[in-house]
Amino acid sequence: MADSQPTLDRTADDSGYAMGDDAPFQSPVSAEAVRETAREASATAAIAAATSTRAGRFRHILPSRSGKLITGVVIVGLITLFGIFGPMIAQPPRDSSNEALQPPSAEHWLGTTKLGYDVFSQLAWGTQGSLFIGIVAGIVAQLLAVIFGVFAGYFGGVLDEVLTLFTNIVLVIPGLPVVMVIAAYVQNAEGLGPLARSSLLVALVLGITGWAGSAVVLRAQARSLRTREYVAAARVAGEKPSRIIFVEILPNLVPLLAAQFIFGVIFAVLGEAGLSYLGLGPTGSITLGTMLNDAQTGQAVGTGAWWWFVPPGLIIAALGAGLSLINFAIDEVVNPKLRLAPENAKRQRRAAKAGKGVADTGAFA
Amino acid sequence: MSFYLRRVAFYLVTLWAAISLNFLLPRLLPGDPAAIMLGKLRRASGGRPLSEETIQAITSILGAGKDMSMWDQYLAYWGRLLQGDLGVSSTRYPATVSDLIAAALPWTITLVGVATVISFMLGIVVGAWVGWRRGTKLDHLVPVTTVFQSIPYFWLALVLVAVFSVQLGWFPIVGGYDVFEFPAGPELSWAFVGSAVYHAILPATTIVISSVGGWLLGMRNMMVSTMSEDYVVTAEAKGLTPRRVRTKYASRNAAIPSLAGFGIALGFVVAGSIVMEQVFSYPGIGKLMIQAVQGLDYALMQGVFLVITLTVLAANFFMDLIYGFIDPRVRHNG
Repeated sequence: MADSQPTLDRTADDSGYAMGDDAPFQSPVSAEAVRETAREASATAAIAAATSTRAGRFRHILPSRSGKLITGVVIVGLITLFGIFGPMIAQPPRDSSNEALQPPSAEHWLGTTKLGYDVFSQLAWGTQGSLFIGIVAGIVAQLLAVIFGVFAGYFGGVLDEVLTLFTNIVLVIPGLPVVMVIAAYVQNAEGLGPLARSSLLVALVLGITGWAGSAVVLRAQARSLRTREYVAAARVAGEKPSRIIFVEILPNLVPLLAAQFIFGVIFAVLGEAGLSYLGLGPTGSITLGTMLNDAQTGQAVGTGAWWWFVPPGLIIAALGAGLSLINFAIDEVVNPKLRLAPENAKRQRRAAKAGKGVADTGAFA
Repeated sequence: MSFYLRRVAFYLVTLWAAISLNFLLPRLLPGDPAAIMLGKLRRASGGRPLSEETIQAITSILGAGKDMSMWDQYLAYWGRLLQGDLGVSSTRYPATVSDLIAAALPWTITLVGVATVISFMLGIVVGAWVGWRRGTKLDHLVPVTTVFQSIPYFWLALVLVAVFSVQLGWFPIVGGYDVFEFPAGPELSWAFVGSAVYHAILPATTIVISSVGGWLLGMRNMMVSTMSEDYVVTAEAKGLTPRRVRTKYASRNAAIPSLAGFGIALGFVVAGSIVMEQVFSYPGIGKLMIQAVQGLDYALMQGVFLVITLTVLAANFFMDLIYGFIDPRVRHNG
């Protein structure tokens, strides 16, 4: 899964933004930008007219009307709470005094492992560990993406060429194999001490290898933004480049940055699971991936101990789905076409059904 | 023409960077992989002293002592590589790395390649349909696909094995073919092909289920965006049949980014299923990589990584060329 993500990322980019433009002050970008703003404006007007005034003026920028967002937030919230508070109430995760390989019961809600560990307790600690790795890796990747993407896009010239070349090289080199190779070298190196197989190191490796896709999108956006009038005005007013980037450009990228951060977290959680499953994960701490690795070495699949390997995967899938749902809600705000086109089609279909003389066949019905 | 020249230059630079990364990683990271590797090889050969040739191969791949300058090591490394000499494996001593890779490559390429093509076709066709029928109940498919996408694909494989192999006994649990029926290894016969196909069903299903969502979603979103383009409105206004608008006007253009993604996905065919191959003990490249990493067989690891990188680069390069042909705008803006 983690490996197929760049593909998806690139597809999504193409759908939303003007890409691959090398002439910032010439027509393609600005034309596209103007068209986009015009569409956005008309869309906003349409929605504002359609909804009652009571609903508020900012309704169109807040993704609140979306059931997807609510579902996503609830799922992610529940899992986060479980990761934070679960370890406090569950028994110690490596308490082997329980009976081994017990199916779920009142005493052990999710049964026990081959070594007598309580699966529920392992799951609570594992969720915490995986969330930690996901968030740290997400932050690292996002920082690198901003540095390589926004700086390249804003400054242009030689710096852009160098940063973009580097980004593209990192983008093309396959992710999981690199992570495996680096992990194999680093974790068996002496001299790193306790850091060598810690979850912090795993998170750093995942972050360092997972930023390139976001950087490409950010660069295209920064290039487009820097041709806008207000940025030019700030430049004429003598603002420092750093101020322009952080005050004028970055705030406009917030929805995109949020979506990318969420994507980064998903990528890292999935990457950690794969890495740990292969036995390259952190040894000191418990993550959802190490649980799956334990289940694999403990023959959980062969002995039918489903309660051992099903829950960790379910948590990962639910977390990923929840985060993706939030991302959808953000995406529909950033790219109004995705939201408006289905709505318009629906409205036309309803009008046709109500017999208002609208054709109910054809491309737009 | 300058478009193609620039692409060629980019891939040459990337190729150089990838190979240099392969050279630098074992030398710059702490630890001494060459010493570990030589120790393992000595043990694998049963305590007999290694030939000068083997030692040289290992040191030029993984790093020599202080007596050789970095630059000389780099030159020696390239020399070995250009001769196709990737060293000797320690986990499968005395097989050479090149032989092991050559034996594993067909398995992965066939299985993951076929699965990727099926998944792509399915995703494009269904995605175009869902995008066309936007605003209907079919839109609910969108959140459903995200759930499938978020499932760790090796976990899905575990569940499939638990249900269909362990519980129901319909499919074999591990392997790429029946090792009891064909103890001598792969052979060219219908019986063997049948056995291989039978063993490939569950792994292929895993790949299709976990990757089809991405294609579907990408195609659906592009379709929705394309349908609000002016030329589609024009086509509709001209009175063209919906079918014609859908196939000739909307789908064709909406599929372009997916096609680019498909090229990249083909590159990841070799790399993309490492963990899945571990679940099924499938005798492909991924399994080889895992063996190498777990057994600290650095020479094998380097070789597999190199092959994986090369295929990804080649697929990307090929796709870039095609893409410039399909979508001429790229040539002029890029």
